[in-house]
Amino acid sequence: MSGERMILNMGPHHPATHGVLRLEVETDGEVVAAVRPDIGYLHRSIEKIGERVEWAQFVPYTDRVDYVCAMNANHAYVLAVEALLAHDPATRLAIPRRAEAIRVLVAELNRISSHLIAVGAMAMDIGAYTPFLHAIAQREAVNDLFERLCGQRLTYNYMTVGGVAFDLHAGAEEQIAAFLGELEREMVRFNRLVTANAIFRERCAGVAVVGAAEAVAWGLSGPNLRGSGVAMDLRRDAPYGIYGELDVQVPVGEAYAGARGRVGDCYDRYVVRLLEILESVRLIRAVLGLLPPPAAKADDPVGGFQADATKALRAPPAGEVRVRTEAPRGEMAYILVSTGGRQPWRVRVRTGSFTACAMLGHLLPGVFLADVVAIIGSLDIVLPEVDR
Amino acid sequence: MGGTDPDLPDGVHLTAVDDLFAWGKEHSLFYLLFATACCGIELMQTGGPRYDVDRLGMIPRATPRQADLMIIAGTITHKMASRVRTLWEQMTEPRWVVSMGACANSGGPFSKASYSVLNGVDKVIPVDVYIPGCPPRPEALIDGVMVLRERVRRYRTLGLRDRDPQVIAGADDDFGTHPGKA
Amino acid sequence: MDADALLAAVQRTVPEAVAVAAGPGRYLLVPAAAVDGLMLRLRDETELAFASLMDLTGWDLLGMPGAEPGIAVGWWLESPRHRHQVAIRVHLPREAPAVASVAALWPVAGWWEREVYDLLGVHFSGHPDLRRLLLPEDWEGHPLRKDYAYPVAYRGVAHARDGQRFAAPPAAKPKPGGA
Repeated sequence: MSGERMILNMGPHHPATHGVLRLEVETDGEVVAAVRPDIGYLHRSIEKIGERVEWAQFVPYTDRVDYVCAMNANHAYVLAVEALLAHDPATRLAIPRRAEAIRVLVAELNRISSHLIAVGAMAMDIGAYTPFLHAIAQREAVNDLFERLCGQRLTYNYMTVGGVAFDLHAGAEEQIAAFLGELEREMVRFNRLVTANAIFRERCAGVAVVGAAEAVAWGLSGPNLRGSGVAMDLRRDAPYGIYGELDVQVPVGEAYAGARGRVGDCYDRYVVRLLEILESVRLIRAVLGLLPPPAAKADDPVGGFQADATKALRAPPAGEVRVRTEAPRGEMAYILVSTGGRQPWRVRVRTGSFTACAMLGHLLPGVFLADVVAIIGSLDIVLPEVDR
Repeated sequence: MGGTDPDLPDGVHLTAVDDLFAWGKEHSLFYLLFATACCGIELMQTGGPRYDVDRLGMIPRATPRQADLMIIAGTITHKMASRVRTLWEQMTEPRWVVSMGACANSGGPFSKASYSVLNGVDKVIPVDVYIPGCPPRPEALIDGVMVLRERVRRYRTLGLRDRDPQVIAGADDDFGTHPGKA
Repeated sequence: MDADALLAAVQRTVPEAVAVAAGPGRYLLVPAAAVDGLMLRLRDETELAFASLMDLTGWDLLGMPGAEPGIAVGWWLESPRHRHQVAIRVHLPREAPAVASVAALWPVAGWWEREVYDLLGVHFSGHPDLRRLLLPEDWEGHPLRKDYAYPVAYRGVAHARDGQRFAAPPAAKPKPGGA
């Protein structure tokens, strides 16, 4: 095609860019000719704040690095601080086993609710509003659980250096088990409504194919990388917490859309997220099976929920550490630089959405304008992760 | 609305035109689907099946031209501030603004420590109702909207208008039997 | 390959690198001038095969105990084939810091280099489009510098919470007789 080119401004206020992403799209008729993403509209200087607060005070800010999966963001940071403290026997913390299990439990619950938003919002971007409401309804159930657990629906501030802030509330295990059963039934309905829907499948099949080598070169991680057929999951390949004791299965993209589908298209990324929801259900059941009973003392090495880190955090070892975790949107890694003081010298967070968003300028040219929102939805970009 | 005269046939009401307009506006507050950060998720869930703000006549609009109400859901940075102003200017009068959450109210957790966050959206647009919380629960947002509806009801489309002072939702409540209260 | 063998292998490929232990972390400190050539070797050497750049960032060393004033810039590489990682580091002067861009090797570096340029003021030579990434074009200073002064105002809007309020212009007085 060769018509007159038109510049179309998408965002920063646009209902389908999942936040305040701005795209300067150059179109040639219906086809995207070039895209210049413009980010930073939600740059809240979280990394600079990390240098101005004490180690433990930064935990609430990690909630806001990714509020769709705040538990996973908490998890990455507290693991990084604990890895730093573990370098010196004087500051090493004995994290109670029950706390480690609870962390994995809530992280997987949050992964479910995060993926629910991702698949629901993707369906909404493509034009189906109802699936989003089904997804939100299930997310509310997770929010209820977390609210009973820590009093917050969205930004939990639940994990602390040394454990978790509160033990599981009475009846939590039964509530979680009941929720998982309901979720499995709901996912069957959801698949009938969306996944098997011919229009939805055709909209996503073969669109924005990311090859395995391309995904690796662009530093994609998480479901976006696995959607391209690369079986890489830090929970299995570099386990942290109690993931090493769990049997983590890694679903990958297999051209699920059928004849027109290709490995690494929008539909594969979508299906990988659905399969990961079911995988998380399995993991949560396994964690419930090996959860030690609560102990009377909070810092009991088995049944406690929190080791006291107050003293250790006053004088942590100097040095630096990089800890990687598998968040719902890919590798979330914290780099901490310590000079032995009460405050970090540098807090750096690397997120999965950043690399996915960096790829847009490369991925979008050549697609139809209407597919732009489907592609952003399939990459599950959340802007606070990009801008920080 | 105005009174009903028993001598009039059924379905006929007498009222001032302004009251009729206010009644209509109050029950169809279309809001701009504008979400920047964490509060946006709670805004989405408020529109979801459990809280269902549609029942209050509140329907999200993608364009400011069709919106009566702008809910500032999330942090506004210096880079975003001029865009917020532009969106607000595109809304037609009468227009209302609800500032949802600590960031939009005052910068919240980012107010002093951050170099890039605007310390309160009221620096660039006038705000009618402030809702505290980080993020506010959906119930708090609905409460803020109910407070705003009082203002909408008092709004005179044809007559002279005064500017009302700003309101902080829930500021007068004693929060019932909260365990934090002695 | 365990961590020591990997470091030895990297040092065979990159003889100018010095292994440094910093608490629990270890990295390879290299001269800034060597970055241009060694990154290609790290990526393409078969036994290393660092096909992924997993992170690129930096920090200011001004006032850091035991460090010369300067800017540290680091690359965290990962090999999906061998499942190993390495951290590469350079120290640059605080005045006009510059280092070679790796955007041609790992395309994702393009954005990270723009971010480091934006927040720390490091110039990446050979970058195709080195602009600020997160902050607006007319922003002053580089915030992650330790001597960065917070802004007083941006485009006429004060930064501090000072009670500055925007008041809407008064609505026009309606005409007698209504609309």
